[in-house]
This record gives sequence, C-alpha cells and structure tokens, in this order.
Amino acid sequence: MSERKFSVWKGTPEGGKLHDYSIEVDKGMVVLDVVHEIQKLHDSNLAARWNCKAGKCGSCSVEINGKPKLGCMTRLNEYGEDETITIRPIKTFPIIKDLVTDVSWNYEQNKKIAPFKPRERDADGNHRFMQRDVDRVQEFRKCIECYLCQNVCHVLRDHEKKNKFVGPRFMLRLASLEMHPLDTENRIEDIKKEYGSGMCNITRCCTDVCPEHIQITDNAIIPLKERVVDEYYDPFMKLYNKIFKKSKLRIYIIKSYLVTLR
Amino acid sequence: MLATQRTDKWWIEPTLTAFGFLCFVIYTTWRAFSGENFVADNYLSPFYSPLLFENPAGHGLDHSWFGSWPTWVPNWIPKSPAIFILIFPLSFRMTCYYYRKFYYRSFFLSPPACAVEGIKQKNYKGETGFLIIQNLHRYTLYIALLYILILYYDGYHGLFRDGTFGIGIGTIILLINPTLLAFYAFGCHAFRHLIGGKEDCFTCPAGNEKIKYKAWKKVSLLNSKHMLWAWASMIWVALTDLYVMLVSKGVITDLNTWNN
Repeated sequence: MSERKFSVWKGTPEGGKLHDYSIEVDKGMVVLDVVHEIQKLHDSNLAARWNCKAGKCGSCSVEINGKPKLGCMTRLNEYGEDETITIRPIKTFPIIKDLVTDVSWNYEQNKKIAPFKPRERDADGNHRFMQRDVDRVQEFRKCIECYLCQNVCHVLRDHEKKNKFVGPRFMLRLASLEMHPLDTENRIEDIKKEYGSGMCNITRCCTDVCPEHIQITDNAIIPLKERVVDEYYDPFMKLYNKIFKKSKLRIYIIKSYLVTLR
Repeated sequence: MLATQRTDKWWIEPTLTAFGFLCFVIYTTWRAFSGENFVADNYLSPFYSPLLFENPAGHGLDHSWFGSWPTWVPNWIPKSPAIFILIFPLSFRMTCYYYRKFYYRSFFLSPPACAVEGIKQKNYKGETGFLIIQNLHRYTLYIALLYILILYYDGYHGLFRDGTFGIGIGTIILLINPTLLAFYAFGCHAFRHLIGGKEDCFTCPAGNEKIKYKAWKKVSLLNSKHMLWAWASMIWVALTDLYVMLVSKGVITDLNTWNN
C-alpha cells in the first residue's frame, strides 16, 4: 500500500473545479477503483458513471491526465509514482454532474441511420452468408459505445460540428451496415450529405483511443470515404456500381445462379 | 490554440514527423531544381524518372525518352527535367490517407495531437471545401502504379552498361526503390478498396472465395503497415537519388562488376 495524489473535477453545468485527494492505493488498482475509494472514504457525493468494471460496458469514460480513457481499464502503474493523476469528465458532451456527462446526442444520431434491410430470403426460407463475408463487420460489433472516439474527434470536440458530422462511432455503424452481405439499403448519399463523411480529416484519434482496438479509421471511415468517391468522384466506378452492386440486376443474377445450382 | 489537459509529451510525435518530412521536402526541392548529376552511367535518379528530355547541358541523353531539351519550353521554367514529372508521384503521396493524417496534424495543427486543441477555425470544413481535391487519390494511385513499372525499368536498365550485363550497388539500390514503392502503393487504402474492399460479399453468389477476396486479404496485410512503407519508400527514393548524385559527382565509387 502507498499513498498517491489524485485530482478530480467536480461540478455542475454551471461550472466546477478540481478537488485534491490523497488515497491509499494497492497494486493492480485502476482509476475507477480510486473513484470508488473517494466515494467511500472522502466524498460520497462524487458522481461517476460505471457498471461492469471490465471494459465491456463503456460507461466509465473519463479523461485521465488529459487523455480519453476508460477508468476501469487504466491501471495506476501507467503513471509515475509521484505524478498526480487528474480525472476529468469527457469534454465533448455536456456535464450533468462531476464525471457524468449527457451523451444522449449519440442516441439521436443512431436513430437517424437507415436500419438493416436484408435481401429476400432464399427459396428454403433461409438467409445464407459465409463467415468470411462478415469478418469485417464483426470487428465493428466489438464497439462498446464508450464514446471515447466521439469525445476525441476534433470535429465534434473543438469545432463543435455536431450538426454536420455523426462522428466515428456512427461511421462505424454505417460501415457495419453498408458492408453487410445481406443488406440492400444504399446509404452512400446520406453518408456524404447527412452524416458528413467529408468532415473527417482522418487524423485517427478515434482509432488511437478505442479501448477495443477497432481500426475505426482504416477499416470503417476510409472504406466509406472510398465508397463515396465511387459514387460522386469516380464516374467509371459509379457506372460499375449502377450495373453490378445492390441493383435489381445483380440480385436477379445471384438468384438465378442459386436456382441453377439447385 | 494547443490548449490541452494532457500531461505527456504529446508534441514529440508531430514535431519529429514534421522534421522528417521537411527534410525530405527541402532535399527534393533542391535536387529537383538543380537539374544535374541525375545520371551516373546506366543509373538514373528516380527524381528524374521517366526522363522525358535531357537537360540543356546534354546530360542524360542515354535515358531520355524524347531526346534534347525542347526549344518550346519558356526560359522562366527552371531547366531541370524533374519539373515535368515530379508532381505525379508527389500527388500520390500528398493525397495518401497516411500522409494526410500526419500533415493535418504536424503542419495544419488540425489537430496537432489527440485531445489537443488545434488552430481555431470559424468554419471548419474538413475535406468538403478546397480539400475535396483529396478525393482524387485513386487517380494518383493509377499514376503511382505506372511509376512502379517505370522505376523497375530503370532498375533493369541498371543491369546493363554499354550492352554488357552486370550488377552494381547502384543496381541493387535502384531495384529496391520500386519494390518499396510497390509495398506502399499496393497497401494503399484506395487500392485496398478497388481490389475488393468495395464488395459487400466476397463469396457471392456461390459461397466460394474469389481471387479478389484473397487479394484483399493480402492488400489488407500490407495496408496494416502503410505508415512503415510510406516512410521506407520515401526515405529510400531520396537515398537512391543521393547515391546516383554522389556517384555522378565522383564523390563515391560504385562497386560493380563492370569496373572491378
């Protein structure tokens, strides 16, 4: 056991300040443990959102020494023994109280996205696809919706363009729908105009902070940007897509082929 | 600007990246405008390849595609054959998704690092305003693919001196150059999209893997190290030019099978 210094932001939407605490810490402790220690021993009013303590619920997103992280996945030994560890709420979303922010804007973005629209079932009533066709999408399903990527995205954080860009989390969701082998909905126009793919200048901070190590930029945002290029900036690819991709003609060809096989 | 709560040395990465790239830009600019010492026997500097015209001093005739320096070129244009072609490989790098990341961070400070406030912009437009031009990346990719062939041809040319087959350190350097460029270009995000990433279903309609799926997997592997190949190919192209220049000036002697 040793004593370490912590500084925790406390306040309301009107304002707040850092409060200093000295806490007895043990080996293996994480930042969320410290928050609980503070609540238990020093300040029972300290508000913090948490749930699973295992990096899977995405509730305890905070900024630790200025870096967006999950409190439950950040061990104290990442920092020097004499270093004061500062815990602040995530910056991009409005404060409710202390370390708790209002992330409901994200739920509104999610509602705007056109849902999964599968193609018709095969003649035997099944939907078939191969595992390798959904490997890409399954990476995106690891998302725990901690919104650290939304928090660190400078388009939302510094430029406050929440009306122009849905943010990396929802580009990820859009990619998971657009790349799904059964999906027939075309969201490319919305990705460009409504969800603002062009606002992202791919500086990759979303990928850097993702606790699930999802390659948000390389595997979701850039592929979506390339699909926008197909549709709006590459006349040859647009023609190809019109003929072969998600068109009635392509679906007809696939169905005819499957019938022939049987 | 640069407001942050971060307590780590966040500025090291963008500073080092900016310094490294600036060194390359300064060296490239100097060499591109110098217009000399770009040929050493059968070795041609990649900064001058393809050599459309020899320089006005008559340097590089053996490698030149269209012969002498054209008379129609106005006098105010620097008399260096590099100025006709250098824009093409440069356009590939400047629109590359990796390069965009680092120059937006290091030079535009937009943002300089994660959770560090960049330059205040009244009306941030990302890549929807002037920078919409970045969407031309796939066209610059096609040019880069052409350059790989041209640079391999230069490497092949480096195997023959006065019609005699042989090999020198310069030949090896010239052949490594397009190889690194190939790793960089074939791992490019646009290439990854075109080769198969644009498909929603890799195995449709019969459930069998297609060549494009296998190609996409291999390209994805290269793509995961895109930054490495971007730097390796950029540094190597400058070193290749430096080697040709030093041999051409007689500062160093090329070890090869022709003279030794």
